[in-house]
Amino acid sequence: MTITYLEAIREAQEKALRDDERVYIYGQDIGTLGGAFKATKNLAKEFPGRVLDAPISEDAMVGSAIGAAIEGMRPIIEMQFADFSMVAINQIVNQAATLYWRTQVACPITIRLPSGGNPGSGPFHSQCLESLYSHFPGLVVMTPATVEDAYTMLLEAVEIDDPVIFCEHKYLYNRLKCEVLPETGLPCDTARIARFGRDVTIVAYSAMVHEALAAADQLHKEDIEVEVVDLRCVKPFDLKTVLSSVARTARLLCVGESWPWGGVNSEVIASVVTHGFHLLDAPPQRINSKDTPVPFHPSLWGVHKPSSQVIAAAVRRLCDW
Amino acid sequence: MLDTLKQPKRGVVSPVSREQYVDAFNWMLLARTVEEKLASLWRAGKISGGVYLGKGQEAISAALGIMLKSGDIFGPLIRDQAGRLAFGESLIDVFRVHFGSRTSLSRGRDGNVHRGNPRGGYHAMISHLGSLISVVAGALVARRFQGDTTAIGATTIGDGGTSTGAFHEAINMAAVEKLPLVVVVVNNQYAYSTPNSRQFACSDLVERATGYGVEGHSLDGTDLQECLEVLGQATQRARSGHGPQMVVGDCLRLTGHGEHDDASYMDKTLSQTRLGRDCLKIAENYLQERHWADHVLLEDWRKNAKEQVENAVADAQHEPLADPAMETWCPYATKRIASAVLVR
Ligand SMILES: Cc1ncc(C[n+]2csc(CCOP(=O)(O)OP(=O)(O)O)c2C)c(N)n1
Ligand SMILES: [Mg+2]
Repeated sequence: MTITYLEAIREAQEKALRDDERVYIYGQDIGTLGGAFKATKNLAKEFPGRVLDAPISEDAMVGSAIGAAIEGMRPIIEMQFADFSMVAINQIVNQAATLYWRTQVACPITIRLPSGGNPGSGPFHSQCLESLYSHFPGLVVMTPATVEDAYTMLLEAVEIDDPVIFCEHKYLYNRLKCEVLPETGLPCDTARIARFGRDVTIVAYSAMVHEALAAADQLHKEDIEVEVVDLRCVKPFDLKTVLSSVARTARLLCVGESWPWGGVNSEVIASVVTHGFHLLDAPPQRINSKDTPVPFHPSLWGVHKPSSQVIAAAVRRLCDW
Repeated sequence: MLDTLKQPKRGVVSPVSREQYVDAFNWMLLARTVEEKLASLWRAGKISGGVYLGKGQEAISAALGIMLKSGDIFGPLIRDQAGRLAFGESLIDVFRVHFGSRTSLSRGRDGNVHRGNPRGGYHAMISHLGSLISVVAGALVARRFQGDTTAIGATTIGDGGTSTGAFHEAINMAAVEKLPLVVVVVNNQYAYSTPNSRQFACSDLVERATGYGVEGHSLDGTDLQECLEVLGQATQRARSGHGPQMVVGDCLRLTGHGEHDDASYMDKTLSQTRLGRDCLKIAENYLQERHWADHVLLEDWRKNAKEQVENAVADAQHEPLADPAMETWCPYATKRIASAVLVR
């Protein structure tokens, strides 16, 4: 039996609901319908009263989760699309993210953001907001790239005491499969070497890990060995693993699907330059989505975000430096 | 429909006892005394940041505070000193936060009205108006999951705060979930310098209750007797399963928006109207009329309040202030993540 990335998210929520009575899920159309993407399929039936349809009120959804967390619950909030979490940004960054710091009371809420585009999704159903949320102190921002991580990291998100922004990638929902779900995974703040190589380090996360791996396959035929580091969690991120990879390759390319200005890529590069300038043989490079809204038409959309071809070309340039 | 909602059903209201009235009055008096002290400390430059006072709103706030029981949830806002004290806030905590003491509830990380003890059901507001209502609602959702059928939650908001999207989302959600939530709208006629006429176009904010499908109540915020009656009833309705209650109390802000503000923009004629009456004076008169207290007793209470406040200030002033060297500079609660961040 194979399990998809999307099913892993459902399975993780089922396990969390089963194992921990403090867990409940709140979001639009997640009850009878099972969610716009079916990430909560049948859960309302299995756990009566614990998988609740919300009004279209993202601010109140998150605000209420914060109040419930203060009282000892572990709410999971499903945003219908990551894009709509912007309506709740005040509750997320000002209320949830500051609560522990202000009051010494933890805020263990998990906010699931169905992120990234599919062909035809357009500017308001495609956003990748991990860079934006990473800017704010107090949030943990997870970006799983594999079915296994989608499962274990979501369980970890529910477990940890801080507010977690869980960026699950819609493009991966049904495209990624695994055979069995693992019992445990790496802690979220530990990066994973997704492929070993000696020539160039690519740091990526979420769907971009797969573009990077595809580029690495291509480059291998050209005798360029790329090491791919999957950050898994972008805030905080595992600088140690990144630095030790750069120590081996001396070349760094960061790939992320969010917009370029002040994002995860820039932060990784700034940290590597600050702490490992001596390790570098070439200026670190980055590839983001283009600095425009996400376009609707598949032909435009396909070029808007980083692709394996663009990544491969950037790696060749880095090697020629 | 609207009229029956607006008018508290006086027939079923239990009469306000002397004990309750005196209790509320003393919280009002203590709050006024605290705030006069805060204002003078602010003028003397002893407080960093702003000072925001609830002068003229003590009756509403105190009445709400004493209707809440231990185990209830309270989300006070900027002008709720009286309600905070009645809900159980200790005097020294008021001054610690204003001074920025290391021992304060927020350890100097946030100041003045941004204080609370959320695990004790006493929420710490952030500045963003309207955003606390859904938090209190969520606390009640948790209580329902946990099988607590007796607790209620209460929170306050100003006339200006009712214009936020957060206010709308939270009350609508609380109504859908039929939560035992009391939302007290204190219409003090101004939001900073903005009068009601530039804030909303309905004739009375309580009309909104009908639209949300919640019970609405109106009260004269200058009259402690009415505050106690109406808030007693609203909290009782919430407690007995009638869902969210919206209470709109009218009064006038008898002070600037903050101590930095001379309020020169306010319509001077308003202070000559019923709204402009000082609820504390009205309550003193009422106590004397009913022979519930005389001059001597009132003077005794005033002296007692002053003493408590002076002692709290003296104690708080002896405490160490926030110190950057002792700050963790880490916002995370999860130990593993906090230590990973701190290593860097
Ligand atoms: C969302 C938001 N916008 C703006 C402000 C700045 N602000 C602080 S108090 C205030 C006026 C509030 O008026 P009202 O709600 O009537 O309460 P009052 O001060 O009269 O008690 C404003 C505009 C804020 N705190 N929150
Ligand atoms: Mg006002």
